[in-house]
Amino acid sequence: MKEHVHHLKDEEVNILLNDLLEQYGYDFTDYSFASVKRRLQRVYINDRFPSFAEFRYRVIRDSTYLTYLMEQITVNVTEMFRDPAFFQALRKQVLPVLATYPFIRIWHAGCSTGEEVYSMAILLQEMNLLHKSVIYATDINESVLEKARKGIFPLAYMQQYSQNYLQSGGQHDFSRYYAANYEYAKFSESLSEKIIFAAHNLVTDRSFNEFQLIICRNVLIYFNKDLQDKVLHLFSESLEQLGFLALGAKETLRFTTVAPLFKPLAQKEKIWRKIAT
Amino acid sequence: MTVSLPRTLVIGGSAGSLDVLLQLLPSLDPACRLAIIIVLHRKSDNETLLSDLLATRSVLPVKEAEEKDLLRPGMVYVAPADYHLLIEPDGTLTLDYSEKVHYSRPSIDVTFSAAAEVFKERLACLLLSGANTDGADGLQMVQAMGGVTAVQDPGEAEVAFMPRHAMTVMQVDRVLKQKEMAEWVMSL
Repeated sequence: MKEHVHHLKDEEVNILLNDLLEQYGYDFTDYSFASVKRRLQRVYINDRFPSFAEFRYRVIRDSTYLTYLMEQITVNVTEMFRDPAFFQALRKQVLPVLATYPFIRIWHAGCSTGEEVYSMAILLQEMNLLHKSVIYATDINESVLEKARKGIFPLAYMQQYSQNYLQSGGQHDFSRYYAANYEYAKFSESLSEKIIFAAHNLVTDRSFNEFQLIICRNVLIYFNKDLQDKVLHLFSESLEQLGFLALGAKETLRFTTVAPLFKPLAQKEKIWRKIAT
Repeated sequence: MTVSLPRTLVIGGSAGSLDVLLQLLPSLDPACRLAIIIVLHRKSDNETLLSDLLATRSVLPVKEAEEKDLLRPGMVYVAPADYHLLIEPDGTLTLDYSEKVHYSRPSIDVTFSAAAEVFKERLACLLLSGANTDGADGLQMVQAMGGVTAVQDPGEAEVAFMPRHAMTVMQVDRVLKQKEMAEWVMSL
C-alpha cells in the first residue's frame, strides 16, 4: 500500500526521542507514546521526507527545523473561554476568594498560544482584580509564547469565543476587548500588561514562585502516570495553603499520589483546593 | 512486549449510526471477550449522555473512555466528546485534544490507525453510516497491519456515504447488514 510507505516504526520514534533528549535536552520519553508517534508521523508525511534517515538528519542538524518540530510535537489547540462552565466556576467560586488577598499570583502552565490566559485576564479585569494580579503564563515552546505575547487571534474565531464568554457569565459586548483589523483581533494591552510569558518545561524545570491558583488544562493527558505524579507534586509545592488547582475536563487527581493533599471544590469543573502539604 | 492485549473491535460511526449501535449492543453475547471501542461523531458537548444511553441497552458493561484506562475484554468503551482516542502499546487509552480530523473530534481515522499499530492482526474495525469521509484511511491502515475490516452495507445505512466511500478506496473484508452484525462480532 503506497500511502503506508512513509510509516514510522516504533523503534524509529524511540531513536528520534532519544536524539531530542541527547542533542537538545527535550525529554519526551515520559509522554504518551501514541500521541507523540502520531505527531511525528504527521510531520514525516507532510514534509515528504524520502526516508527516516533524512528526517533524522534534518532534526539533528537543523536547529530552525527543531523549533518547528517542537511546535508540531506538542499540541497547541486551545480556545478562549473553553468549557464556559469552568470559567463560570472561576468567577463564582475562586476569584471571590482571591479578591481577599492583597496580591494575586496565578500560574498558567502549558499556556500554548495564550487564549486561556487572556480569558483569565478578562475575568480579573471585570472583577476589578487585574491591577493587583500577576499571571505567569508558561509553555515549553518558545514559538507559541511569541504568538501569545502578541495577543492576536483570528477574527473568524471571535463569534465562538464571544458565545463562550457569554455562557461563562460575561455581561459585556465581547468586542470591547479587542481591536479588529482585517482578519485578526488584537487584544487590548490593558489585559496583557499583567501577564508574564516565559519558557518553562514541566518535565525538567522547578517551581519558581508560590501561587494562589494554578491552571493546567489538557496538558497532563499527554504524560504517563509517573510524569503526571511528578508534575502534580510540582504544582502542589508551588501552591500556597488553600490555593486552587484547575485541570482539564478529562483530567483528575484521583489515583494520583497528591490526591490526599487536595479536596475537590468544583468536581465537574475540575477545580481542587490544597488542604495539606 | 510481554503484556497480552485483548482482541479488540473498534466501531466508528457518524450520522445515522446511533440506531445501528442501539440494535447491535443488546444482541451481543454476554460472554463476548472482545474489548469494544466506539467512536461516534457528535456535538462537542461535555456530557456523558451517549455512554449513558448505550449502557441502558448493552448486555456488556459500557463506560466512557478515560485516560489511562486499561482495555479489558468484555467491556465497551465510548470515546468522549471533543477528544481523540488513542491506544498505547501497553493497551491503555490516551485522550488527545489536537486538531480536528475530517472536521471531527473524536475522529474515526485517528482511533482506527492508532489501534492498527498496537493490535495489528488482533483487531477488527467496523465503519457505520455517515456523511463524512472519516474512517476510510484508518480502515486501510488496519488492513495493511493485518486486521479485519468491515463496513455497514451502504444499501441499508441511513447515510450511505461513509461506508460507500471506504468501499471505493479499498477492498473491505466484509459488508454487513444489520442482522449479520452480532454474529460477525461474536465470530471475531
